[in-house]
Amino acid sequence: MAIDPKKHEMPTQDPAVRAHNFSEVALGYDSETAVAEASRCLNCKNQPCVSGCPVNIHIPEFLAKVKEGKFEEAYQIINLTSSLPAVCGRVCPQESQCESKCTLGIKFEPVGIGRVERFVADYHREHNTASAEKPASNGHRVAIVGSGPSGLTCAGDLAKKGYQVTVYEALHKAGGVLVYGIPEFRLPKSIVAAEVETLKQLGVDVETNIVIGKTLTIDELFDMGYEAVFVGSGAGLPNFMNIPGEALKGVYSANEFLTRSNLMKSYLSDPDTPIMKGGKVAVVGGGNVAMDAARTALRLGAEKVYIVYRRSMTELPARKEEVEHAQEEGIEFLLLHNPTEIIGFNNPDDPRDERNGFVTGMKCIKMELGEPDEKGRRRPVPIEGSEFTIDVDTVIMAIGTSPNPLIKNTTNGLEVNNRGGIIVNEDGLTSREGIYAGGDAVTGAATVISAMGAGKLAAKSIDEALSA
Amino acid sequence: MYQIIRKKELNSSVTQMDVLAPLVAKKAKPGQFIILRVDEDGERIPLTIAGSDREEGSVRIIFQVVGGTTMKLNAKKAGEFIQDFTGPLGCPTDIEGKKRVCVIGGGVGCAIAMPVARALHEAGTEVTSIIGFRSKDILILEDEFKSFSDRLIVTTDDGSYGFHGNVTVPLKEMLDKGETFDEIITIGPLIMMKFVVLAAKPYNVPVTVSMNPIMIDGTGMCGCCRLTLTQDGKRVTKFACVDGPDFNGYEVDFDEAMSRNRMYMPFETRKREENCNLLREAE
Repeated sequence: MAIDPKKHEMPTQDPAVRAHNFSEVALGYDSETAVAEASRCLNCKNQPCVSGCPVNIHIPEFLAKVKEGKFEEAYQIINLTSSLPAVCGRVCPQESQCESKCTLGIKFEPVGIGRVERFVADYHREHNTASAEKPASNGHRVAIVGSGPSGLTCAGDLAKKGYQVTVYEALHKAGGVLVYGIPEFRLPKSIVAAEVETLKQLGVDVETNIVIGKTLTIDELFDMGYEAVFVGSGAGLPNFMNIPGEALKGVYSANEFLTRSNLMKSYLSDPDTPIMKGGKVAVVGGGNVAMDAARTALRLGAEKVYIVYRRSMTELPARKEEVEHAQEEGIEFLLLHNPTEIIGFNNPDDPRDERNGFVTGMKCIKMELGEPDEKGRRRPVPIEGSEFTIDVDTVIMAIGTSPNPLIKNTTNGLEVNNRGGIIVNEDGLTSREGIYAGGDAVTGAATVISAMGAGKLAAKSIDEALSA
Repeated sequence: MYQIIRKKELNSSVTQMDVLAPLVAKKAKPGQFIILRVDEDGERIPLTIAGSDREEGSVRIIFQVVGGTTMKLNAKKAGEFIQDFTGPLGCPTDIEGKKRVCVIGGGVGCAIAMPVARALHEAGTEVTSIIGFRSKDILILEDEFKSFSDRLIVTTDDGSYGFHGNVTVPLKEMLDKGETFDEIITIGPLIMMKFVVLAAKPYNVPVTVSMNPIMIDGTGMCGCCRLTLTQDGKRVTKFACVDGPDFNGYEVDFDEAMSRNRMYMPFETRKREENCNLLREAE
């Protein structure tokens, strides 16, 4: 049988419909499609896809089980190395990881590994009623700071080995960026809740409303009897551009805008937490967070949404599928554009005019790509005299974050780099004995899966240290 | 869930609650704040800590009913529970090594100024307190201030009690007479703090202000609480939740902060009315 040169298409909600709702965009494969897609795997000997996965999922093995229709067995194979398969199947940038290494991809489109993974995880969640079995305790206690992807992964791996794990979360809900950052239409919160529930069944204790560095310090965690601590506290304070007008009403960081909508549920019809809805919106930045913010703004009722990015489409760092979805939904990309000023309403005759101080527009300058910088990316250079103003009511800055100072400031001897990221060695160990770290707190803003990889590495190192 | 163990109405719109939160109580220091959510799907709001009892494990909050959330909170009775209660957040007020300090509180801000006055008093600082209210019927915490201050001046805008005028008038009089302070610490409405800074400026007295911007997470993630300071001639962005809430009053852009705090005013007004109607129906 000849191999289908193309991936089986992912069924999605119609763009015109989904632009106005928060339901999941990608609908997932049915079982026939999943089997057919898994059957495209050549089962090649050297398994390059596995090395492309930050948590080294046994990809050909699980695809083989799917091919045979043994979906639960496929799930168990994924579960050996990944704690959050339903999440990864949805948010991983597979095109630059496992699928980029796929042998089939040399000639044709690679196997849709992420899509099959998602199917398997969803199948398991819908069909498996038995709760996960809690392993026998090995008597060791480990504390995890933060319940985002790195913390949950580290917790899951350690719990499976019999460690007594407590996860401390600063917010009122577990999940970190999976609940406050990534929107419902890309990652339904019920899926995150189910993954957290599985960890609880494994014996993981999740304590919300505890800010490590404030409510408790890391040293106090050791005093409480924890033998190791993993810091997965995530990215910190949002960056701004330091251009005039960023304090105007209607300017949000992407973190704030997404937190209001996702965690605080401002997208519902009568929320307790307000958010600016409708009007014209400009999102500054080109990463996944920028796409999430733009598409959220659209669903909240914006009549026009722009992505303003200073480089070209080639350099745009967001996951390809998100960019395509955003374009289908009608989001306009102002590429090679950079904001220079945000303009606000000002009624000189009436300082009490309630429109005063709200955003009315954003001045942008056109850019061209110049010489490559030290990272090899061509540097964007402003084209003199090309400034113009777009009419907008809301501006969302999605240009990255800087690490949160709370833990560094309250943990003696914890070394950080010049950007504030916690320094770790190849085992995920920090400069302090017994303290491990990973995810955005170490690397600065990165992906869910790389954070999971770091959580996994730390769990392995902690296990080696404590079982020695 | 966090239990409300005591509740007391300080005036018609200001309520005091003691909430059982032992881990927060153990660490709480004057000037720090907590974030709470009244119920599931509720808004996160910051409230500055008005006191704590480590032995009992309780944290005192004092709040004014201004929007939908504070109205819902005010409807809770002693013995009932609050969904979430996190803290202590922010940096404590610096009270070390000061000989003479003037503490100036305005309205419900006095609830935050009081523990600062007490901490200074207990550290052996000579404390002058000026507390201002619109009128006598909303006066709060007078007895507490009396016991922690070497001198207390109460002002009312309408002259119904104490000194007739706002807090800056007696402050200016004292400074004009040549009185000196190591520091002025002021907590209250933004407009009041702005004018305290202006009044103190000619006398070069350092002024610390406690900022109360809109917040969501309160832990240095969302950036909603940002404010602009002018430091060495440069405008810099700071975050009240992790860099504050106390700032050097001379550096703060108050007009910007006041504008930002009004961002959701129409929403708050509508929410308060909605909740008001709901509560009325329930009764």
